[in-house]
Amino acid sequence: MIDLSLIPDGGLSWLDGSGPLAHIVLSTRVRLARNVAGRPFATRSGPPERAGVLDLVEGAWRGSPAGKGSVRFALDELDTADRLLLHERHLISRELADAPGAREGRSGAAVLLSGSTGVMVNEEDHLRLQTLRSGFALSQAYAELEQLDAALGAAIPFAFHPEFGYLTACPTNAGTGLRASVLIHLPGLVLTKEIAKVLQGLTQVGLTFRGLYGEGSEVVGNFFQLSNQTTLGKSEEELLDHLGKIVRQVVTYEEQARRVLLRDAPTIIEDKVWRAYGLLRYARSLSFEETMNLLSGVRLGAGLNLIPGVSVYTLNKLLIFTQPAHLAAFEARVPGDSDAGAARAGYVRRLLDEEAARGERPRPAGT
Amino acid sequence: MRCDNCGEREAVIHLTQIVDNTVTTLHLCEQCAAEKGVDTAEQVAKYPLGDFLASLGEAAEAGGAGGGACPACGATLRDFRQTGRLGCAECYTTFAPQLRDLLRRIHGTTQHEGERYGGAGAPAAAPGGGPGLAELRERLRRAVEAEDFEEAARLRDAIRALE
Repeated sequence: MIDLSLIPDGGLSWLDGSGPLAHIVLSTRVRLARNVAGRPFATRSGPPERAGVLDLVEGAWRGSPAGKGSVRFALDELDTADRLLLHERHLISRELADAPGAREGRSGAAVLLSGSTGVMVNEEDHLRLQTLRSGFALSQAYAELEQLDAALGAAIPFAFHPEFGYLTACPTNAGTGLRASVLIHLPGLVLTKEIAKVLQGLTQVGLTFRGLYGEGSEVVGNFFQLSNQTTLGKSEEELLDHLGKIVRQVVTYEEQARRVLLRDAPTIIEDKVWRAYGLLRYARSLSFEETMNLLSGVRLGAGLNLIPGVSVYTLNKLLIFTQPAHLAAFEARVPGDSDAGAARAGYVRRLLDEEAARGERPRPAGT
Repeated sequence: MRCDNCGEREAVIHLTQIVDNTVTTLHLCEQCAAEKGVDTAEQVAKYPLGDFLASLGEAAEAGGAGGGACPACGATLRDFRQTGRLGCAECYTTFAPQLRDLLRRIHGTTQHEGERYGGAGAPAAAPGGGPGLAELRERLRRAVEAEDFEEAARLRDAIRALE
């Protein structure tokens, strides 16, 4: 297994729930797509060309401030379980996680990581710069990426066109190459059945939504990724500003929906979130999907202060470590194994027990 | 409501047509609508790139032998149709007319407004610096050429303001 401890913070510093609006917004991710000028795009490159691009990018990365103390994973040298582990941490795309080994032609694919900021090399584009932040932090995330972009762009010539902007393998990313997405938890809107209206509204204002794992993934546990649909014709600031405004609005709707639920159905909601907590705390076997849905309930309960003593950090950690590859790696089980459900329930129980013990410690003995 | 065409399946598409001042509304199921060649809003929204690529391929085939290859990487429009990916940066110049059409469909415009890359070794241009007069005039020319009059009006105002 790869040594994830090599990555500063394991690439998981965003789990701490320290960011703005962390009770509703889990994380903010920004990525920039770039290609090296004068070379065929990654999907039209052979192994020598891809190796050349990787050398070039690595050289530039090592010379940049982000390069210090960073780590590099060559994805064609990793087995599937390790690649899935990186994918479950949102550090590499599904495309790279699924990519078969060198013989099948995804040689030269790598990820360079400095904490939660990094570069995917030879994905669909030569470079995919990306960063993850806790909570709702679009401008901070972009500021960090802008610096990395400037450092790498000064060392490597990027493909740029005066009319079309930064050139990307797929024209849907051309222009700024910027995709910003905000992972947001909307149980209130789902329970009040307002979610369809909100999602429909999003598409009308040029935004798009996806599931937990980005493009093509299902919505689980009431988690939605909201992101900009277009990348060309607006400046980076305009794109971020627009997304930010809409996300703030969606957060307001979600807060309203939660207030309505508490006002009109307080017993039902209280019962629902405590049932979710009870199942997570005492169940002996849990599927991944069930865990996600129950975690959504407990997160709602914690957000409404109905369930005291469960931190956003613990909930975020459960979200990551109950995923199949993480469970297999850390609880020593094979993914898809019939024991996985039991291992998952065991892990969830342990974390919630520890959290409960911490919550009880300050109390005087005998109460 | 049953489909007007097959009378079996549930009608999900309601097509209103006005021919010679007579309004007719057809209620169709998805299959019958597809057979009649009606593009549902959902399909258009789902596959804008796919549809465009399909039409590109037809155009390329009509033009014979794949419609020319990119001199830098050898990719053709047919390759783009199959993969949805361009071969290299030069493809954007080689297939500029077709790509402008596509970019307008995807993004609503073809003109990059974001940060301008200063090239390797040069610091990136300060964001918010804005394009110069010559750049704006060039964009105006392109907007008029592309019959994008909304964009042209905006550019004309921007040029006046700078002048």
